[in-house]
Amino acid sequence: MNIPMIYALLGITLFSVGLYGLIVREHLLRKILALNIMGSGIFLVLVALGKRSVGDLPDPVPHAMVITGIVVAVSATALALTLMLKLVEVSGSAVLHDAPKERS
Amino acid sequence: MGGLLSDAHWGVLLILLPLFGGLCSFLWPGAVKFIGLATVSAVALSVVGLGDQLLTTGVYHHAVGGWGAPLGIDLYADGLSLFMLMVNALVGLGVSIYALDYFDQGEARRFWPLWLLLLGGLNALFLSADIFNLYVTLEIVGLAGVGLASLSRSGAALDGAMRYLMATLLGSLCYLLGVALLYHSAGTVDIPLLAERLESTPPVWAALGLICAGLALKTALFPLHFWLPKAHASASAPVSALLSALVVKASFYILLRLWLEIFSVRTEGVDDLLGALGMAAIIWGSLQALQQTRLKLMIAYSTVSQMGYLFLVFPLAAAGAFSAWSAVAYLILSHALAKSSMFLVAGNLMHFGGHDRIADLDRAVQRLPITVGAFALAGVSIMGLPPSGGFIGKWLLLNEALNQGRWDLVIVMMIGGVLAAAYIFKVLGFAFTQAPVTHEPKGVPAIMEWSALLLAVAAIVLGFLASPLMLILGIGETVQLMGAGQ
Amino acid sequence: MNWHTWIPLFVVVSSLLPGLIIFGLPEERVGLRTILNLTGAVIKLLLVSWMIWGVYQGDHFETRVALLPDLDLVLRAGPLALFFVALSTILWLVTTIYAIGYLEGSPNRSRFFGFFSLCVTATVGVALAGNLITFLLFYELLTLATYPLIVHRGTDTARRAGQTYLRYTIFGGALILLGTVWLYQLTGTLEFTPRGFLTHIDPQHYPALKIIFVLLIAGLGVKAALFPLHGWLPQAMVAPAPVSALLHAVAVVKAGAFGIVRVVYDVFGVEFSADLGVTTPLAWIAAFTIIYGSLRALFQDDLKRRLAFSTVSQVSYIALGVAIAGPIATIGGVVHLVHQGLMKITLFFCAGNLAETLGIHKVSEMNGVGRRMPWTMAAFTVGALGMIGAPPVAGFISKWYLGVGALEAGQDWVLLVLMGSSLLNCAYFLPILYSAWFKPTPKSWPEEHHFGRQETAWALLLPPLITALMALAAGLMTGLPFSPLEWAKIIAEREFYQP
Repeated sequence: MNIPMIYALLGITLFSVGLYGLIVREHLLRKILALNIMGSGIFLVLVALGKRSVGDLPDPVPHAMVITGIVVAVSATALALTLMLKLVEVSGSAVLHDAPKERS
Repeated sequence: MGGLLSDAHWGVLLILLPLFGGLCSFLWPGAVKFIGLATVSAVALSVVGLGDQLLTTGVYHHAVGGWGAPLGIDLYADGLSLFMLMVNALVGLGVSIYALDYFDQGEARRFWPLWLLLLGGLNALFLSADIFNLYVTLEIVGLAGVGLASLSRSGAALDGAMRYLMATLLGSLCYLLGVALLYHSAGTVDIPLLAERLESTPPVWAALGLICAGLALKTALFPLHFWLPKAHASASAPVSALLSALVVKASFYILLRLWLEIFSVRTEGVDDLLGALGMAAIIWGSLQALQQTRLKLMIAYSTVSQMGYLFLVFPLAAAGAFSAWSAVAYLILSHALAKSSMFLVAGNLMHFGGHDRIADLDRAVQRLPITVGAFALAGVSIMGLPPSGGFIGKWLLLNEALNQGRWDLVIVMMIGGVLAAAYIFKVLGFAFTQAPVTHEPKGVPAIMEWSALLLAVAAIVLGFLASPLMLILGIGETVQLMGAGQ
Repeated sequence: MNWHTWIPLFVVVSSLLPGLIIFGLPEERVGLRTILNLTGAVIKLLLVSWMIWGVYQGDHFETRVALLPDLDLVLRAGPLALFFVALSTILWLVTTIYAIGYLEGSPNRSRFFGFFSLCVTATVGVALAGNLITFLLFYELLTLATYPLIVHRGTDTARRAGQTYLRYTIFGGALILLGTVWLYQLTGTLEFTPRGFLTHIDPQHYPALKIIFVLLIAGLGVKAALFPLHGWLPQAMVAPAPVSALLHAVAVVKAGAFGIVRVVYDVFGVEFSADLGVTTPLAWIAAFTIIYGSLRALFQDDLKRRLAFSTVSQVSYIALGVAIAGPIATIGGVVHLVHQGLMKITLFFCAGNLAETLGIHKVSEMNGVGRRMPWTMAAFTVGALGMIGAPPVAGFISKWYLGVGALEAGQDWVLLVLMGSSLLNCAYFLPILYSAWFKPTPKSWPEEHHFGRQETAWALLLPPLITALMALAAGLMTGLPFSPLEWAKIIAEREFYQP
């Protein structure tokens, strides 16, 4: 097993850990963090894939993808955090409740 | 003049115009309505321009900045892309006109920039030729959609938007990991090159699974639809219309595109799984819609059910490509028009009576004949009764299913139509009951009534336009020109 | 540019356009609405007369537009189509006059007349449809256009009746859609052709064709009220009288019956259907429905419900005539399409007059009503005698040809059905006539209105008189060139004897 492969597997592990957190954790902040961990896992995979060309120079395309991905992740996180704050402001809780009874 | 028009880069304009318009409307909030409507109209004209270009010269190719694939970003448009851009333009125009009177100035300032950003994202998505660019546009669409969903700032809207955000981000991440794995296997993100290079290996299977799961989540395929009813039902009416009519279609488009270009020859049983889930969605969504007591939730569950029809294409596409996916494209267009009209109708009724409880609608509906008429006409298309776009789509799909001896699909489609009639007439039945006037309700601006009606009428008129639309869909018959799959 | 390619379309549009305009008219524009309605009806009548004359001389009228790349919307005026179009057009004109009188001063009239015109548009479309998909299109449009008329009164009973109606018709529509797609799969065409378009089909598809036949007939049987699919019809009686008249005499039930005629003659072909062995079960079901409907009618005290069950019974004569699969029975079945329409619309007009003028809704309230409203009851008597099959009213002709046709086809049992049905018709119509003419008049009527010196308003009285006269004429003047019987003979000839 070569080193890039280890990185890639590590990335996939991170992705799985994040997915677990996203599903299991209730608090929105934890969910948002979990999404970020998943994202980082994918970026690790992409960086590891940069080694795929045989020569000395790494493949630049995955790196460009990672940079784009990071930009997207940052903005998505910012939006998620703002939304969470608003939600806390309005409902007083940072947890999504399932099937709240509708008031008539 | 003619030469100038046919040489113009309509595809580039389609992306730049709404982005520029969004920026302007953000900078000059006083003139948002004017800027917004002007931009959407310009986009619609550009779609016409692109259509004209495609009809005369065939598929559209543009290497952005002159770089070209695999390093640069390519824009690409064929019949299917043009068709989806038309959906954008038509629904976008209708909803934009409606939004002029729906939002007060404060809300309009937030609505227009986000909507124009969404439109730019959608247009870019339908013009993308590589799977990573698709990811980026998908995120633009998702984030703009979440922003729109939270627009009304009510607790329910924020709650719905948050669920939507979680679902859409999870979906995108799955898709991105799939993209990474495909890049690992083929060394490219360009769709035609992928189609040539991909082989049936475990990483490709994993990528197929991840991409399908992620996009199915974003398209709200049963049982991954859990986020949709809340998000779509709690948003304000024009936003619900945009989300239900356009946004869910975007992720489906990617799935369809990848399927036709890359995966159709390497299905590994996923096609039958998607088909089965589609069937389950039709039945489950309709049954849920039937049980709802709130109009907007009913319409949202109807979307879950209608998206199910689209997924029936996967078990059918492998054998008879064009006839299967053109049917689905037709369904996409007619559903987009009909469903946006329905949500606008719901907005009118809420504006009028202050609620959307189906059983109490009789107090409102008999005083809004145009709005009820819009709901009825849109309903005809959703039920798939002739003459309507929904009928043509259903007819083509039924034909294809029978052609391939898929009786399971046929029967589910028939049941779905009957159930749709049940939940739509459940609402319409109240349109005719006489109810005493309990309070003096608010009047509904004429623009809001007529824009809903026009969208619904368009869904009906589609029933007579199959021949020209099939011509458009057939431009550069996707499978041969773009991909190399046998 | 040839006029002949557009006239069928104009016939459809001549009621569609007024209907759409009427939707937009404010409630109080009575005059304009009436003018629009009547102009549309008269124009339609003129166009139809032109087509009848043309077809009689061997001209072809066909409108064809592409619906799908390989499937057209076709409107074509053949003899059978014109037969039904003429009936709908004439009765539309008469019913419009009646409805204007009947609904005077009631709310939501723009909506009513709008949907009323849509209904006629759909019926004419059903009649002129030149292939199965066009037929399906207008057939479903008819479902949608009649629903608002049934629930027009807006009561809870009306809403429930509407739901029942939809439950039946949407289900029926789904069956037809399935049958149509399947047929298209097997044959690649849906074009109505005399003697059918299936004769050259591979015998391995015969089982599938049988199922398709069942699907189509079941779907059409819903509207034609074939047992056990008739349940919606008595319930739909909550609608205003002009709607009942139109639904029961012309639009809905006839569209179903007409569809059965089309499917047997122009899709499968009579001989091919008989070879498939599907006509005999159809004949049995029709015969059973005839007796069953009559029996149920016997026990209804509500006048309109009695008439509704009578319709269930009478419409099946058409299916029976078709299913006997012989030329003479065909004449009987097809001619009954018009005869039953004339007679039943008369009866419903009269029932509406009784309800509007005297508040009478039940058979038991009709004692001596003949003296209070002699003209209405005279028309009613003509209609009722026609239903029984007494000469010289039109109903006699239908039954005669059905009976002779059955004998010719060697199906003697049909005679028993006809006799039993006629006896039952006597049993549920004659007591009404007896009590109306010969029983003493009660001191007061349930809810009496006065209309000057006449027994009721002119607009209410004229239509039943006209239709009753036409029913008499159809029975008396059978030898004239354009009588229903002559026309039915042309249709039967085309189906059986032409190469």
